[in-house]
Amino acid sequence: MSAVLEIDNLHVAIGAANVLRGVSLRVEAGEVRGLVGESGAGKSMVGRTIFGLLPAKAAIRAGQVQFEGRDLLAMPDKERRGLLGRRIALIPQDPMTSLNPVRRIGAQMVALLQLHLGLSKRAALDRAADLLAEVAIRDPARVLQLYPHELSGGMRQRVLIAMAFACDPALVIADEPTTALDVTVQRQVLQLVERMRQRHDAAILFVTHDLGVVAKICRSMTVLHAGRVLEDGPTADVLVKPHHAYTRALLAATPRADRPADALKPVPPALIESLWAEARRLDQLTATRPA
Amino acid sequence: MRWSAILKRLALIPPTLLGVGAIVFVLLRVVPGDPIAMMIPPGASPADIARLRALYGLDQPLLAQFVTWLGQVASGDFGRSISLRQQVFELVGARLPATLELAALAVALALMMGVAVAVVGSLLRGSRLEWLLDTANGFFLAIPDFLWALILLLGFGVLLPLLPISGRLDPQLAVAFRTHFYLIESLLTLRFDVAADLLRHMLLPSLALALPFAALVARLLKAQLAEAEDQDYAQIARTRGFSRTTILQREVFPNALIPTVALSGVQVTLLLGGTVLVERIFSYEGIGNMAIDAVINRDFPLIQGLILTFAVLFIALNLAVDLLVAVLDPRLRHG
Ligand SMILES: Nc1ncnc2c1ncn2[C@@H]1O[C@H](COP(=O)(O)OP(=O)(O)OP(=O)(O)O)[C@@H](O)[C@H]1O
Ligand SMILES: [Mg+2]
Repeated sequence: MSAVLEIDNLHVAIGAANVLRGVSLRVEAGEVRGLVGESGAGKSMVGRTIFGLLPAKAAIRAGQVQFEGRDLLAMPDKERRGLLGRRIALIPQDPMTSLNPVRRIGAQMVALLQLHLGLSKRAALDRAADLLAEVAIRDPARVLQLYPHELSGGMRQRVLIAMAFACDPALVIADEPTTALDVTVQRQVLQLVERMRQRHDAAILFVTHDLGVVAKICRSMTVLHAGRVLEDGPTADVLVKPHHAYTRALLAATPRADRPADALKPVPPALIESLWAEARRLDQLTATRPA
Repeated sequence: MRWSAILKRLALIPPTLLGVGAIVFVLLRVVPGDPIAMMIPPGASPADIARLRALYGLDQPLLAQFVTWLGQVASGDFGRSISLRQQVFELVGARLPATLELAALAVALALMMGVAVAVVGSLLRGSRLEWLLDTANGFFLAIPDFLWALILLLGFGVLLPLLPISGRLDPQLAVAFRTHFYLIESLLTLRFDVAADLLRHMLLPSLALALPFAALVARLLKAQLAEAEDQDYAQIARTRGFSRTTILQREVFPNALIPTVALSGVQVTLLLGGTVLVERIFSYEGIGNMAIDAVINRDFPLIQGLILTFAVLFIALNLAVDLLVAVLDPRLRHG
């Protein structure tokens, strides 16, 4: 099978602090890979590196990011912009802040379609209406005329999902796309993402800290902590036979249908502390080693 | 902004004007100085003075004078100027268009300069040039309009005499105007030679008014651009492959404009106030210049008329800014 995304030994630092410490990760064509880890693990930094959205003080210290066999980090800015939004797309975390409040939904979608597909305004509007219908928005023609504040959070996330899949991307990065939504809407949005993936034949890197979601929709998964990959493999294997103590602890901390809620055990602080100590030791090693 | 909000604002106008009128009326008569003292010839008898005072109603008690004046104003009669011996309404009507044209040109110049500086500053973010631009901007912000008027007068009127430094129009270009909006009228009637001469006369005074305001717009807009650029929607536009300039133009600028208009719009009142000194310095025949003469002559009816005019302008301006913000921001339009 061919990889759409192949990250190899990625090191990213913000100022003096390391946030990614040699991350390697593969997303095969058409698969859904979960990227899990606690808050601050560096999950979003992986996506930010791909999209060129690292904070100003951040630096990529080492590593490669290959997209469809091409080196994303080495290519000229213009070439990368040709891929972003078209071959690689983002479903953002917070639908409330992710749409421009002063532009109509239609204008925002049309701008994207015109940029990458070179459609006429008329054709782009038609395509936008089709896309809204695909994400089960009723009366797309009317919604295209609305401003973001006239839509609910769930509706806005549908619009953002439609925009992510608008140009038939090979890879969609979904960074906790449901955490800002309430529970009933969450499930619908998950189903929608899965349906759109099948229809548009995309792979998804699904960032979440919810192992339940991973179990439901991801074929493979990567466990990240302190910017390091602790475990990686097919979801079924990892969830049944986790190798790393941290993954086992995460599983023990995740609510499950077949287990009473009071059996939940939080991840032991001692374990987390030892993992951070390990990461710091690693930092010293790389700092003393000549580059 | 909804219609009810607009109506509420409109309803507030009469009481506001009444308050302004009352304050000015009382202040004028409490401070020392008297229009009759300014106009009597030396050697006038006390009886003459008393007769003049009675003629202008100045012998009446304060409250009676105010009520009389209010009644007149309500029926559209703003009284006669004591020093110029003409109807206040006509005097102001003849001079106000000159000030409006000057202020409008100043605002237009300031917006062009301010937006340009803010956008260039945003594109230069983080560089040495940005620091230079910010520093220069702070310098322009710190110098008030009347000082700019003197600097420009010296620079381009005296040292490098490129532009006229007094008046509104070269008297040799005598044209019969039908309105007092000379610039607008000459443009509409295609008298471009006249329009050009008017603009040459307006350039220095409007620049003096515009420079500090431009610096204010630049500072506000640049800060708002930086803030909007950090918002999720602007960052997400980058993940869609849009270029930085496209994002600045389509995503960032329209959002940054809203608070900039709201914050700088009310500052146009300061610019209007600035016309008083700047028009004086350039002998420009607007209501600002007229106000100084009116005060020197203690011309009560004229001062009252002019202050009411400024008050109406300020109120109209605030309302216009609110409406403009509502036009720019769909979230306000839909209430
Ligand atoms: N703008 C920034 N400046 C400095 N440090 C940052 C910045 N953004 C993130 N970091 C740091 O980078 C590390 C990784 O952050 P990241 O956002 O990737 O975490 P995450 O795994 O996505 O967490 P979450 O689940 O909370 O989204 C964290 O330690 C965080 O403190
Ligand atoms: Mg994150």
